[in-house]
Amino acid sequence: MKIKIAQILAAFSLILPVALPVQASTEVALDRSPNDVRDVESLQRGAQLFANYCLSCHGATAMRYNRLQDLGLSEEQIRNNLMFASEKIGEPMRAAMQAKEAKVWFGATPPDLSLIARSRGADWLYTYFRSFYLDSSRPTGWNNTVFDKVGMPHVLWQLQGNLELKTVEGRAEAKGAVVRSWEAVEHVDGKEKISTHQLVLTKAGELTRLEDGKANTFDYDKKVADLTNYLVWMGEPAQVTRERIGYGVLLFLIFLLIPMTYMLKKEYWRDVH
Amino acid sequence: MSKLQALAGNVMNWVDDRFPATKMYKEHLSEYYAPKNFNFWYYFGSLALLVLVIQIVTGIFLTMNYKPDGSLIPGTNVSVAFMSVEYIMRDVAGGWLIRYMHSTGASMFFVVVYLHMFRGLVYGSYKQPRELIWIFGMMIFLCLMAEAFLGYLLPWGQMSFWGAQVIVNLFASIPVIGPDLSVWIRGDFVVSDATLNRFFALHVIAVPLVLLALVVAHLVALHEVGSNNPDGVEIKKNKDPKTGIPLDGIPFHPYYTVKDIFGVAVFLAIFSYVLFFVPEMGGFFLEHPNFDPADPLKTPPHIAPVWYFTPYYAILRAIPSFLGTQVWGVIGMGAAVMIIALLPWLDRSPVKSIRYRGPKFKVALVLFLIAFICLGILGAKPSTNLRTILAQGFSFIYFGFFILMPFYTKNDVGSTPVPARTTESNTQRQLAFLAYTALAIVGSFVFGKLV
Repeated sequence: MKIKIAQILAAFSLILPVALPVQASTEVALDRSPNDVRDVESLQRGAQLFANYCLSCHGATAMRYNRLQDLGLSEEQIRNNLMFASEKIGEPMRAAMQAKEAKVWFGATPPDLSLIARSRGADWLYTYFRSFYLDSSRPTGWNNTVFDKVGMPHVLWQLQGNLELKTVEGRAEAKGAVVRSWEAVEHVDGKEKISTHQLVLTKAGELTRLEDGKANTFDYDKKVADLTNYLVWMGEPAQVTRERIGYGVLLFLIFLLIPMTYMLKKEYWRDVH
Repeated sequence: MSKLQALAGNVMNWVDDRFPATKMYKEHLSEYYAPKNFNFWYYFGSLALLVLVIQIVTGIFLTMNYKPDGSLIPGTNVSVAFMSVEYIMRDVAGGWLIRYMHSTGASMFFVVVYLHMFRGLVYGSYKQPRELIWIFGMMIFLCLMAEAFLGYLLPWGQMSFWGAQVIVNLFASIPVIGPDLSVWIRGDFVVSDATLNRFFALHVIAVPLVLLALVVAHLVALHEVGSNNPDGVEIKKNKDPKTGIPLDGIPFHPYYTVKDIFGVAVFLAIFSYVLFFVPEMGGFFLEHPNFDPADPLKTPPHIAPVWYFTPYYAILRAIPSFLGTQVWGVIGMGAAVMIIALLPWLDRSPVKSIRYRGPKFKVALVLFLIAFICLGILGAKPSTNLRTILAQGFSFIYFGFFILMPFYTKNDVGSTPVPARTTESNTQRQLAFLAYTALAIVGSFVFGKLV
């Protein structure tokens, strides 16, 4: 173990100076995620998407199936629509595959998703799901602009269709089926070198359309927003309750306890001069 | 006198014959005379006590459900310890509330204690005859830092793991004994289950015991010499000739108990706002990478300590390694904390309070404050060349404030002489205070954006 960590640290320190400028030049601004954890219907759709597309490789070990009742689903609905037949309603969401096997298949164990929204943030997730592109140099055939060399294939490709990454020298306008366009500035020999990266929808999926050469991704973005919403909710299922209680506590403190203790202090201190 | 009152009196007499209950009550509350001119800065002592109680009580309930077990749950890559925290957050009734009280309390403890220490600095509360109170206070501060560091390992997230790895490795840089010492601290060659178990034991029982004993010593020493005040006037020098009570003193109970209860109400409002609406405080109270389970094979790109350690972390990083060892940064960081304890002997000014000091101390204090805040901001960010140079400059100011203090405080007296009796705060002072605070907040924000 000791040697392994030393090796990894050494490898990391070697990569660092090389990797940093590359990373900086291709860094993509994140889109704001339009999720709302009070939107129960969106959360239900997100839960379904999560169970169908994510749970086969990823687990959510902190999340029990019956907690989905908070989203207005009955035990019956959860059991029939969202669970594997062998599982019980009080069990946590386990991945269909074992972590060790998954590591062999993907090169890295797919992370547990219970708290992924709290470590990555909603905006990152929302952008990530919409940034997979075809890359024949990757074993899965897919790469991602916000997570370079990601081990995960684009599991939602049937919904989104195919994206390709195009890089143009200099500035370029986002025309046609471009879904996302950003400029990268590199400093070569003291000169600024600008290049434009564009993600282009080349083949429409079930939830995207190519109309007159233009990409329409409205339905897919909405679907992904539902999934992001669910992940944010799952990161802390008590968050809505927390804020609700918070309003009560603050009202009590600000309108009752603070004025009362202030007047009490004034009353006691009347004779201090 | 009614029979019931007589009975209560008899019971009290019975107890007092065997234990000094009434005597202690009088000495520390009803007949402990505190100066009547305490201002805003004097809330933080009682608030620190409140946060200590919050931490102990919530800690007890967390201990009932937390499992210090670094082993992985079969079939997953998540540890039992990490999941037990999430079990508290999700399945324990009211668990999320208790956990957030504890995590928010940890940060608020440092907010309160830093302000409490700043009060001591501004009004010269460490000066003769209160040197021991200051020393006990510094020992409490050290315990608090140890407690915060040990506790941060327990959620067993990425930052817990790698933060502990970085800090324990600091000990490894000590010449000759370092490598063995760090193994002895960890109980293993890397941070592991053994480390988690011993940190849990130290966090839950060892350090809190010492902390409580030190708090008692801090208060006993304070009540022996009496409290300082914003004027730095010794109220015991002006006693009522008949009663022997200081003319500017008022009994702690009920005057300061009701005043502190008001302070508690305001503090709880701020505390609750953080707890219920922004428990992560934008990644400063709960760091985002710490929601990833600890992975010994994956180093996070940027390892940052929690905000209250960042000034010292910035000093650590600012000092380059030379003579083939990195120990200088560690020594610098340790010295930055320890040098605060020497204040009573570094400060040679004839007056205590900043109100009656000369311009040299005021300038030095402002520079120190800027350096401390900016170091804190720099310590939270990944280092770049510019940031390292800035951190080095601010480190010089930080140490300069202490090392040069004997020279610039000597004979540094302001134009207003120290009054014989305490004075009341006035609107002009209060407005100046608000302006300074606003300036400090805006200044730190701008600095944080610029670097």
